[in-house]
Amino acid sequence: MPHSSFFRFMAPSLIAMLLFIALPTVSIFVQSLYVEHPQVLIETETCQPLGGCVKETTVDVAATAKLRSEAPLGQFNGLGTYVDRNHLAINSVGLLWSRSGSLGEFVSGMMNLRFYRALAFTLFYCFLVTPLAMALGFGIALAVNVVPRLMKGPVIFFSLVPMLITPLVGALILFWMLNSDGILGVALQVLFNDPGLSTQSSAPLTWIMLIVYGTWTNAPFSFIVFYAGLQAVSRDTLEAAMIDGASRWERVRYVVLPSLKPLVLFVLLVQLMDNFRVFEPIISFNASANATSLAFDIYASLNTQTSQLFGSAAATSVITIAFIAVLIVPILARVARELQAGRV
Amino acid sequence: MSMPLPAVLRRPAWLTTLAMGFVILWLIIAAFPFAWTVWGSFKVQTDFFSRDSWWNAITGPMTTRTTGGPFTTDGYYGAWVTTEFWRAALNTLIVTVCVTSISLSFGTLGGYALARSTHRYRFWILVAALFFRAMPEVTLVSGYLFPFFALNIWGHLPTAIIVLVALNQPFTLWMMYSFFQGIPRDLDESALVDGCNRFQAFRLAIMPVMWPGVITTGLFSFLLAYNDFTVTGLVLSKDNQTMVPKIASYLGTIQDEGAIMFAVAAVVSITIPIFLLVMFFQRYLVSGLTAGAVKG
Repeated sequence: MPHSSFFRFMAPSLIAMLLFIALPTVSIFVQSLYVEHPQVLIETETCQPLGGCVKETTVDVAATAKLRSEAPLGQFNGLGTYVDRNHLAINSVGLLWSRSGSLGEFVSGMMNLRFYRALAFTLFYCFLVTPLAMALGFGIALAVNVVPRLMKGPVIFFSLVPMLITPLVGALILFWMLNSDGILGVALQVLFNDPGLSTQSSAPLTWIMLIVYGTWTNAPFSFIVFYAGLQAVSRDTLEAAMIDGASRWERVRYVVLPSLKPLVLFVLLVQLMDNFRVFEPIISFNASANATSLAFDIYASLNTQTSQLFGSAAATSVITIAFIAVLIVPILARVARELQAGRV
Repeated sequence: MSMPLPAVLRRPAWLTTLAMGFVILWLIIAAFPFAWTVWGSFKVQTDFFSRDSWWNAITGPMTTRTTGGPFTTDGYYGAWVTTEFWRAALNTLIVTVCVTSISLSFGTLGGYALARSTHRYRFWILVAALFFRAMPEVTLVSGYLFPFFALNIWGHLPTAIIVLVALNQPFTLWMMYSFFQGIPRDLDESALVDGCNRFQAFRLAIMPVMWPGVITTGLFSFLLAYNDFTVTGLVLSKDNQTMVPKIASYLGTIQDEGAIMFAVAAVVSITIPIFLLVMFFQRYLVSGLTAGAVKG
């Protein structure tokens, strides 16, 4: 296809992506180098004839507004926002490292730093939900493959709903069942014989609840993809393995799994990508006291009643994108190879 | 096929039973939360979130006492009428219809060009699109807000629509690209030989056969717009809220007696279209989910 007609076909899509994806990426980088203007303060000294002098500090509203309208981006801060206490907190981490006697002390100190708290949960969620959901999905796929065909349709139908449901809504539905007045919350109280048990009360319980939600909503994707993959596993190889005396488990381990390997890689990377942006369930579970994620931190910086912390949101965004880049370089390289080989 | 299977190929009964049990257990895990919430949305708060017994949520003694019957539509009335959830639903309708149709038009043209081009930049566009798809939306939204405030376009529906269209492009491009890869080149090339230009070839030879791919991609574009909270929550003003941010706004007022039931009713309302979508388009959804996987 000649260049001219290629770009004529491609133009709307390319312009949309340039304006609203590529350009904002530059814009957040620029924003992250600036920080909001501090309020302009005036110090006035009022002296009473007898009572001495009192110094008073007030906000000069007019001067602050003028400063903000003249340079709305804020003042240049270089990499200051990146290293401050709310982000990479270089100084605090160094101090913690030298002061804490044990690793446990260091870790718990790190969990008080906003950025590392969010990073810890994001990675924990990402690297726990992904394998759990894949294992559950694979189990369902194997089971559905064995049961009568009649059940296939209903199982796929009811599996698609938790997966395609609005994340905020799906998480709310589970949260209402799991909180201390909900049916599952009460069931847990009975099970552990602790009427005061609340899934919101402690960080570990909140984390477990979020993992439960993540597995519930992500397992169906693995199930659907692996189930489709199972239909394509070579019958001949399976039968040959059976004749060679391979047990059921050995057939799954040495025939089915290797032939699903490309699918496993695909699901793994899609899920890592999606789970890394975990954010809505934290709002639904009202969990920000016990668990925050990088995406949630950005949202929280932007969703304030008074003035948005653009610099902070932008710095966290740049760091998040850097993490994503590291995470998906393997898939990008693979896809690039396949594209060049003309297989995709 | 009617020959009896050799003993080694037959599945032992215990295995079938175990698989059956597991499948049924998964069905309950997947479906019960929805059934429970739909049922509970017709109760009052003191029954659905009963401190005495979960059985109250099923029988509804407080619902009977306060409203005169075991079922009440107070939650729905409160959500749709009192707190004007209908306005949010209307906004969602506008946003999803616009986003789906615009991103499909853009993505179909782009995907077709990518599938038929052999130049090197095609490769870079596809790889870049994949990277864009991996970036969390909220990182980009933090880049939009400032310019949107400066240009005074923050808060309006068209702003959210165009942003969602753009965020939808990487996925739409990839889906339509791999779909068009599967359509033989001879089809449009013979039209070119017959003297059509590219647009005519696209319109006459490709458009009649592209609808299965368009429907599949459209379903996922629709879902992306329908389920979005990041963009709609941060870019739309309170008057222009769509359903998802509206539901999130109920959560702040959750302490008021009864307000939580508005949220429950709204949650059930927003789930119904997804149920219908899955019911009518199950085949397309499954093929869309597996399309990317099987190819690689």
